[in-house]
Amino acid sequence: MNSTQTALQFEIDKQSFWKGLTPFDWVWSIVVMLGTAYAYVMYQDLMDVYEKGILVSTGVGLVFLGWSWKAMRGLSIAVFLLSILGISRYVNGLSDADTDFFLRFLVSGQSAVMWMSALYVLATVTYFIAFFGRSDFAGKVASAMTWSATTMGLVGLMVRWRESYLIGIDVGHIPVSNLYEVFILFSIITALLYLFYERRYQTRALGGFVLLIISAAVAFLLWYMFDRQADEIQPLVPALKSYWMKIHVPANFVGYGAFALAAMVGTAFLVRATADERGSNGIATALPDLDVLDDLMYKSIALGFAFFTLATILGALWAAEAWGGYWSWDPKETWALIVWLNYAAWLHMRLTKGWRGKPMAAWAIIGLFVTLFAFLGVNMFLSGLHSYGEL
Amino acid sequence: MTNQPTTSIARGAKTSALLVRFLGSMNLAITLLVALSIAAIIGTVLQQNQPYTDYVIKFGPFWFELFQQLGLYDVYSSGWFLFILFFLVVSTSTCIYRNAPNMLREMREYRENSTLETLKNYPNTYSWSLNSTHVEVLDVTQKLFQHNGYSARIKEGDGHTLVSGMKGAGSRLGYVLTHLAIVLVCIGGLIDGNAILKARELLGQITTETRNLPADEVPGISRLGVENMSFRGSVSIPESRESDVLFINYKDGYLVQELPFSVEVKDFRIEHYLSGQPKSFESDLVIHDDRLAEPLQQTISVNYPLIYDGYSIYQASFSDGGSELELLAWPLSGSGTAQKKLETKVGDDLQLNLFNESWVLETSNFRLFNINPSDDPSKKFKNAGPSVQFKMRDKTGEAKEFLNYMVPVEREGQLYYLSGVRSSPAEEFKYLYVPVDDAGGIDRFMNYLHALNDKTLLMDLAAKQNVTGSSLPSQDSAKFNEAMVRLVGVFLKSGMNGVIEQVGKNVPTDKREDVTKLYVRVIQQMLGAVYLDVLAKEGVDVSLGVDEKKAAFFDAASAAISSIDRYGSPVYFQLTSFVHHQASGLQIAKAPGKNLVYPGCAMLILGVFLMFYAPQKRMWAWFETTEDGIKLLLSGHAVRDNMDFSAEYQQLQAQFGRILSP
Repeated sequence: MNSTQTALQFEIDKQSFWKGLTPFDWVWSIVVMLGTAYAYVMYQDLMDVYEKGILVSTGVGLVFLGWSWKAMRGLSIAVFLLSILGISRYVNGLSDADTDFFLRFLVSGQSAVMWMSALYVLATVTYFIAFFGRSDFAGKVASAMTWSATTMGLVGLMVRWRESYLIGIDVGHIPVSNLYEVFILFSIITALLYLFYERRYQTRALGGFVLLIISAAVAFLLWYMFDRQADEIQPLVPALKSYWMKIHVPANFVGYGAFALAAMVGTAFLVRATADERGSNGIATALPDLDVLDDLMYKSIALGFAFFTLATILGALWAAEAWGGYWSWDPKETWALIVWLNYAAWLHMRLTKGWRGKPMAAWAIIGLFVTLFAFLGVNMFLSGLHSYGEL
Repeated sequence: MTNQPTTSIARGAKTSALLVRFLGSMNLAITLLVALSIAAIIGTVLQQNQPYTDYVIKFGPFWFELFQQLGLYDVYSSGWFLFILFFLVVSTSTCIYRNAPNMLREMREYRENSTLETLKNYPNTYSWSLNSTHVEVLDVTQKLFQHNGYSARIKEGDGHTLVSGMKGAGSRLGYVLTHLAIVLVCIGGLIDGNAILKARELLGQITTETRNLPADEVPGISRLGVENMSFRGSVSIPESRESDVLFINYKDGYLVQELPFSVEVKDFRIEHYLSGQPKSFESDLVIHDDRLAEPLQQTISVNYPLIYDGYSIYQASFSDGGSELELLAWPLSGSGTAQKKLETKVGDDLQLNLFNESWVLETSNFRLFNINPSDDPSKKFKNAGPSVQFKMRDKTGEAKEFLNYMVPVEREGQLYYLSGVRSSPAEEFKYLYVPVDDAGGIDRFMNYLHALNDKTLLMDLAAKQNVTGSSLPSQDSAKFNEAMVRLVGVFLKSGMNGVIEQVGKNVPTDKREDVTKLYVRVIQQMLGAVYLDVLAKEGVDVSLGVDEKKAAFFDAASAAISSIDRYGSPVYFQLTSFVHHQASGLQIAKAPGKNLVYPGCAMLILGVFLMFYAPQKRMWAWFETTEDGIKLLLSGHAVRDNMDFSAEYQQLQAQFGRILSP
């Protein structure tokens, strides 16, 4: 083998996905597969064939997720350990939440969500401190806070899931069934999308902007909790007792989260573009370049659009089973279509007409308001079949 | 002259080309997307398919008429909305017609004929002068292209070699799939929507029925036969009854849809959670069809419909199916009139001749459970038990609506029978609280009420009272007693407020307070005397006064009597027993369009993901042998995703650079 061949082989090996895996990655995959196998052996009698399929593919998916985005390993393990702690502290039933130290101050569904809320708000402030003070250290702290908040949010959902079964075996359900629960989901998904791009683009300058929308969601969540006691777990109405809920709702919130991210990047785009036009050398230049922002905005709208399409179609399939027709022009359905049409138009303009710049950024922000109306406004102002999150 | 046909053909060709360009243009597509959004918004802001009378009340006759002409009460099947949708289909189809062949060609096209000039002009280009052999460079290029996911074609040209690589052809397919999907979904949706119904109505083949008729009396012009291939209607079937028709709400009336089989509801069940909220709605169905060897039995519930012969049968709602009720009618005025037993059924109108007046009792609903928010903080809901809802219509045709509960509810330690009343459906019910006696019945309250209406008894009792002392001469005393009885009469007729009002009218301002105090005392004393009398007649020993419970009953009963005038009915109906019959509300639909819509949806999802996540990318390696060695040019081009592609190109370029030494 001559030197060229050796060099070629070297390059190919270096780029190879499998050969790029570290021993740590293999430990990760073994841990996840062992966990999956344990769950399979312990609970196989309780699962039907679909659920077994979901369990196995979740395991495989988690392995690949941990391989391609290393930070997910830490997150998964932290969520796992804290959730197990929370679940195992419930011995005598739900009343333990008031008496057990860990539950009361850390890992009951409610306490974990409070931690999540506090950490997201702190992270927002810290991101802005890092941005205005150009402090790398503060940026790292903010990232760590966001990761911690996301961990606590996921723990909150996991433990809440268990708590719903402690109320009654027929009451238990996945916590994506009302506004309170989906607001937690929204915060987590938006944060994760942001964290993904934070690593990808190696910039923390956008953190404050994106976390602002999460803080707004947290503010709503807290108001909803204290004013309306929305954190109380309610049994599902018959229309929601369906497997479709488990996939329709999360898919929708990947869409909503991505649209929210796009709008906040659009805001950053407008800030940066305005500063550039004025020729200012101010703080706005700490933001990524315009073409990076533009690219990120496009990517998140594309991601959101793809998942929103999926979610809407899943919703239609579900509607066909629950309401007797895949499309009823129910206000929620109609507004989902409006959101979809809006982003379809945005994507057409960008991809085929080549529109760029401030108008597209502004449109992405307007898009969030349209989305917000579809998400919340419909429940508040219009009545229809899809009224599960009344305000 | 001879040229003319040619030019007109040319002109024709030009016009059609223009038309195709217009229909397939992005501007039109965007305009249609926006128009569709706006139309959709209108349909959500204005509540659709409500009874026409609601709209008249809301908008007034002028706007009602205008909005009706514009089809705003059913936007999504109005002519103009269907027109936009139709145009969207045409526009998207034209787009596919214009672009798809090109896209599909691009998928397979490696652009092996690219010239050096073209390649040099791409933004991602780099060239090397290498000290390698032709074979080596070709080998490295092929392997690196392959390793980076590019499939490649080699073309030996005039003194040079061009390796053309490509990946992500799927995005082109994604374009075709998504746009085709839109067309399929729209066409399928149009088939399942009521466009066909509308067309038949325009042709005069059908008209809606607005009268309230039994299904078999609805004339043929408002009936749809079994051949109707697409519809969505509903029917309410009482338990152990069956139906072979359903009703389609259309405009301001309905249509009857015939079924080729009949559906029997054997049983309908509601299950509840421990907390009281409904957990499931289930119907045991039996399909009777001559084509079946034996009837088909199946239980359906929300989210779990029955699909039979292309018809989907869903659990949509429930209602009362004619429960049999037994009521006791208690007169609220007069004395000594006994209660009367009545029997009726939900949905029936009962002619009554009660207590010298004639009424129609229209029983509209019976509910076995009433799950209401609880004021007990440990429980969110409580079950208030069975209730009956009915209207009492008098000779003039005026009606009051009542909601009576069968089981007493507790309020501040005292149990009450609740009866709500209202004059119109827009109002909230106002409740009369009838206290429950020691025996758990209503008798003591009624005895007390009737005793208060008994003038002779009142006179007797008044004579025994000693309100002002015994110093009055007997003539004045008799007058005073009469006044006391009159006061009780005022109280019965218009409550304590009525008494106070009367004082306000008849007594000078400076004495009002004193007089009011006196009146209230007199009434209290009279009521107390009557109550003691009632108790004594019951056989209760009242010589040592009454216990706390009986005292509380007295206060509650007096308060209830004080509000009888506001209750507004001369009768109180007590629900004593019932036989519950439920009806299951089924929705039955036939939607053949879903055979287009569902594949369309699958294509849409696949297409969208392909378009975004498999963008088409091309790489070229052009090399030729010169006197100085090999000249290599690496160029790359991608339709979109430029930032990612530049990074990818640079990585490949670096790999070439590291492997092949200059």
